[in-house]
Amino acid sequence: MSVRTTVLAQFTQVAKEQKRQLAPLNDGLALLDTGLDSLCFAILVSRLEDALGVDPFSTAEESAIPVTVGEFVKFYEDAAK
Amino acid sequence: MQPNEGATLWARLSGAGPLSGRHLWGAERGVALAELARKSALGGRLEAFRGRSVLLAMKDQLSAALAMIELDGVARRIVLCPPDLQAAHVPGVMALAEVDAIVSDRDASEEGTPAVQVFASCTPELKPVAVERAGSLPTEWILLTSGTTGAPKLVQHTLATLTGPIKPAAVPADPPLWSTFYDIRRYGGLQILLRALLGGGSLVLSQAGDATGEFLARAAARGVSHLLGTPTHWWLALTGGSFHGLAPRYVRLSGETADQAILDRLRAAFPGVPVVHAFASTEAGVAFEIPDGLAGFPASLIGREGAEVELKVEDGTLRIRSPRIAERYLGTETLAGSDGFVDTRDLVELQGERYFFAGRKDGVINVGGQKIHPEEVEAVIDSHPAVRKSLVRARKNPITGAIVVAEVVLAEGADARDANAAQLKQEILQLCRDTLPRHKVPAMVQFVPSLAVTPAGKIARRNA
Repeated sequence: MSVRTTVLAQFTQVAKEQKRQLAPLNDGLALLDTGLDSLCFAILVSRLEDALGVDPFSTAEESAIPVTVGEFVKFYEDAAK
Repeated sequence: MQPNEGATLWARLSGAGPLSGRHLWGAERGVALAELARKSALGGRLEAFRGRSVLLAMKDQLSAALAMIELDGVARRIVLCPPDLQAAHVPGVMALAEVDAIVSDRDASEEGTPAVQVFASCTPELKPVAVERAGSLPTEWILLTSGTTGAPKLVQHTLATLTGPIKPAAVPADPPLWSTFYDIRRYGGLQILLRALLGGGSLVLSQAGDATGEFLARAAARGVSHLLGTPTHWWLALTGGSFHGLAPRYVRLSGETADQAILDRLRAAFPGVPVVHAFASTEAGVAFEIPDGLAGFPASLIGREGAEVELKVEDGTLRIRSPRIAERYLGTETLAGSDGFVDTRDLVELQGERYFFAGRKDGVINVGGQKIHPEEVEAVIDSHPAVRKSLVRARKNPITGAIVVAEVVLAEGADARDANAAQLKQEILQLCRDTLPRHKVPAMVQFVPSLAVTPAGKIARRNA
């Protein structure tokens, strides 16, 4: 499974578990508008660390924090390289 | 003794400079503080609360703030219900706090409303009534904090202990417009309400269910100058990129450990703006504020005799003694040791000239500022017939500081092979979701053959 597929699948999975209404995902969608809250993002980041072996939020020193879904996917793609 | 100590909240707020132009802003509307001089949010029923122990049970933070202002000095006790208080715990809280009156923004006839002698609804639609704000009772303020069993502990403060960290100062030419992601029914949020009221400023309140983006946009539109959040709140705000146009003059973090990464990010996002992290707890009050932009706190804060806030480290945990600590727990548990110090149970480690926080002695997990006792979650998991014993612990997380994870030893004979294991995990999680608030539900469940045990025969609690 590609990084992108894994990331997007986890968005759907976490939203379902947390009973959040997930907005239709596209690369331009702002993370704050996805319908996920801080607890959802926390779980998402830990699940992705298990699935992909990376946690760019803890390791990225200078890079910009992702603002959109597309940037979030790229954040993980870059870290997983 | 500080000036005005012993005066009521109303006397102190109206004494902190002119009231004109000052507001409390809710999501839908605002209330001008000056109007409270001749109007009431309690529909003219203020006198009915005199000397009573009053439960503030409302959804809306603005109504709650108004009730606090009106009832201090009038009620014997003000009991603050946080918005996530589970209905099952309400009768216990009422009994312990001897509640005989309720202020709510719901209707007394609504199902599930407890019977009390006085019930009044409180709304931000102020009614003109003859109010003489001449309260003089030393009102006890009761805050709720998490307990091991899930039932909240009731912490008794006074207006004097709560406002201990707020130093009297002349109101600046451009008074602060405060805001916080927090709820004002909790210690951290209440501090901000009191800072706004006593510092000549105004306040923009958040609302339960607000998306972070919506709240930030509202705060920015009002021109918020001083903003407080947990590191978790700030991480999420950072994903908003532009902060929705927010341009604060003062940024504050508390509620959980602020690491260097979040401090650096905020300093970069708001160049030239003070980024201050504070340590406080419901029991011990505000212990210190660190303005130097570095994580941890200077070792020089420890052992300053005669300081207003005295700190010491004993058995690895931070202990606090100050006029800001709560008076007691309602009930039998003692709050401070015989030397007057409160044990925060937060482990600290000295590295060079600074102390850093290193988790909790009792295994309490801090998820985005919300404290979770692992025992409460373990009791739920252990009630599943296929479970022999579980261990609930923190897993370090860059967003919320930690998340809750569980290790589970299955009962003999339980089938944990493949499909069955997935089914069992789902059952355990469903059980947790049915009985616990969502931040307490484990994000991951792992089946293990055994749990580590300490030499004393206890399950080893080790937190990331």
